[in-house]
Amino acid sequence: MAIPNNPSPEKSGLFLQIWRSIFPDPLIPRSDQARKRYLFKNLILHFRPLTVPEKTLKFSLTWGLGGMAAVLVLLQFGTGVLLKFVYVPTPVAAYSSIEILQNEVAFGQLIRNLHHWSANLLVLIVFLHLLRVFFTGSFHPPRQFSWVIGLGLFSLVLIANFTGYLLPYDQLAYWAVTVSTGMLEYIPGIGAWLQETVRGGTVIGSASLRIFFALHTAVIPVALVILMGFHFWRIRRAGGLVIPRTPGEEIDEPPVRVATLPNLLLREVVVASVLIAVVILVSVFFNAPLGKPANPGLSPNPTKAPWYFAGLQEMLLHLHPIAAVFTVPLILATVLLLLPYVSYDSDSRGIWFASHKGRRMAVIAAIAALIVTPFLIIIDDFVIEPGKWLSGLTPEIRNGLIPIVILVAAIMGFYLMMKWRFSASNNDGVQAVFVFIVVSLVVLTIVGVWFRGPGMKLVWPLR
Amino acid sequence: MPNNTEETGMERRTSRRRSFLNWLWLGLGLVALAEIVWLVVSFLRPRKPRAKAGGFGSVIETGTVDSFATGTVTAFPRGKFYLSRLENGGFLALSRTCTHLGCTVPWFEKEKKFTCPCHASAFDITGDVINAPAPRALDVYRVFVENNVVKVDTSIRIRRTEFRKAQVTFPRKP
Ligand code: HEM
Ligand code: HEM
Ligand code: FES
Repeated sequence: MAIPNNPSPEKSGLFLQIWRSIFPDPLIPRSDQARKRYLFKNLILHFRPLTVPEKTLKFSLTWGLGGMAAVLVLLQFGTGVLLKFVYVPTPVAAYSSIEILQNEVAFGQLIRNLHHWSANLLVLIVFLHLLRVFFTGSFHPPRQFSWVIGLGLFSLVLIANFTGYLLPYDQLAYWAVTVSTGMLEYIPGIGAWLQETVRGGTVIGSASLRIFFALHTAVIPVALVILMGFHFWRIRRAGGLVIPRTPGEEIDEPPVRVATLPNLLLREVVVASVLIAVVILVSVFFNAPLGKPANPGLSPNPTKAPWYFAGLQEMLLHLHPIAAVFTVPLILATVLLLLPYVSYDSDSRGIWFASHKGRRMAVIAAIAALIVTPFLIIIDDFVIEPGKWLSGLTPEIRNGLIPIVILVAAIMGFYLMMKWRFSASNNDGVQAVFVFIVVSLVVLTIVGVWFRGPGMKLVWPLR
Repeated sequence: MPNNTEETGMERRTSRRRSFLNWLWLGLGLVALAEIVWLVVSFLRPRKPRAKAGGFGSVIETGTVDSFATGTVTAFPRGKFYLSRLENGGFLALSRTCTHLGCTVPWFEKEKKFTCPCHASAFDITGDVINAPAPRALDVYRVFVENNVVKVDTSIRIRRTEFRKAQVTFPRKP
């Protein structure tokens, strides 16, 4: 099998010459040396490192989540470009172009389903990826900025989903986007200006559809590609992923490394194949929803934001709009951005849940949030009427400032109490607060999606 | 190093000149960036909607004064408003957009109120809030009566916090 690497062209036939000009190396490298050369010379693969630390191959470090997110984004690009050939972005034609897509275009329904289900799955997977990165302490130096880039990617995925949501222009799309962009108006100072810019006018209409379509199919894909490239480059510059270890175990320097091809690539291909198979299977059996055509004169009851904004919408039912759509998200975004820049007591890189104490505290925080959040929702819906006994105050203070101050104080109290009770490091304390907030948001989202019926009253979902 | 004693006067002057030029470049770069941002934002701002005659954004003739009984509400879907005739004979043109998050509010004749299907805000015949979460009364449009015909100018939507007498238009006694 000794094929010379660069055979002199005169000695081979025309076909072989053409073949070798395209693929100078054997297609299936057989030795480790040949594999390394292959990886290095291949256009698509050459941005991968030649070797990776062996321990980072463990599935229980990444759960394959980052790779899955990347695969889903690519799947979105592929199906999205196809949809673009059929879809017409005007209020009059959008809905019927989706009908044509579904009923007349070969595999049109399947492509739409793939785009729909992988878009929704992407939000979930990226969220889980964020959790795995947080709980393995992968945001400690030198990966602080990777976390920040990740947050940018998360926002882009949400915006991609949201801008896509309007495109079918059915009742669901029209009113969900009306309500969601309606929230913008409450941002102090620039709210009305921002809302008008995003909608391209005062109400959702042809300008909005044009804007959302341009964002969805040009601006966001380009931004995603750029940020993903940046994300991967930073991962490589950090020397690969964090090396998983048990609490108390030292970081081994330098780590044992193994060749990327085949060790990492094989695993990636397996995860990608299983994921794609699952998405296709779901898309064959479940159609993406399509309601009645948009009717600006008739709001359906209930009108709900898309599920990934349902937590925000649930908060809106309890807090003053300025608090729900501005103050709370601002606080959360600041906390998330600053998380990697806190000065931590210890370097818990690679340790799931930071330490033994950290694990116990995380469980307690999760249970606390599971009890407190539904309790507060029920109390607010059925018992308290702050309007009655705080009637001297303006609504901004009564339903905005006071609850927020109480919530922030309660969370800080929780942090101090947990730290003192367990005499824990601030790694564990911050993690407990993070768990509390994340579980609360998940509860709010679940309530908003399944427990709100007509008129946004609390209902039991499976009746 | 700036305090290097071996630095000659000329070198120092050159480096000062160089740092001044660097700052100048940086400043010009920032100005250019600001201009690009300004250009892009202006480009993306919504244009004035062109109103079709008789449609939303124009002056709409609703009917003669007497065709509206007192205490009734009439919908004008093409103008996206309701014409309310109050018990005292005055007119109000109410926007049909809920002031909470922008759903369209239907009028319920039996209960004599607007109830929003989205988060259950309710408004009375004057557009005043009866039920939160809506923070303000329904927006209004200017109403005027010409030759006994009630006209509504839908080009400007007027925000208000609550209902006041001054917002009502009364037809002049013939
Ligand atoms: C479209 C969205 C995203 C894609 C495609 C993506 C992709 C990836 C991939 C492939 C990896 C390496 C393998 C793995 O950890 O599973 C990774 C690692 C990482 N990601 Fe993401 N990611 C995304 C979003 C995020 C988000 C939302 C965050 C956090 C806020 C984040 C932070 C990180 C960090 C810090 C690492 C390094 C982890 C380590 O060194 O162990 N990424 N990402
Ligand atoms: C991360 C990337 C993307 C996400 C999360 C995403 C998400 C979505 C969502 C949620 C919808 C609504 C689908 C539905 O009706 O349920 C949609 C529709 C659409 N997307 Fe994307 N998309 C992405 C990328 C793209 C790209 C790159 C293109 C094209 C260049 C594209 C083109 C379209 C088109 C034409 C529609 C309208 C067809 C329809 O509604 O079924 N998308 N997208
Ligand atoms: S939009 Fe009318 S109550 Fe929320």
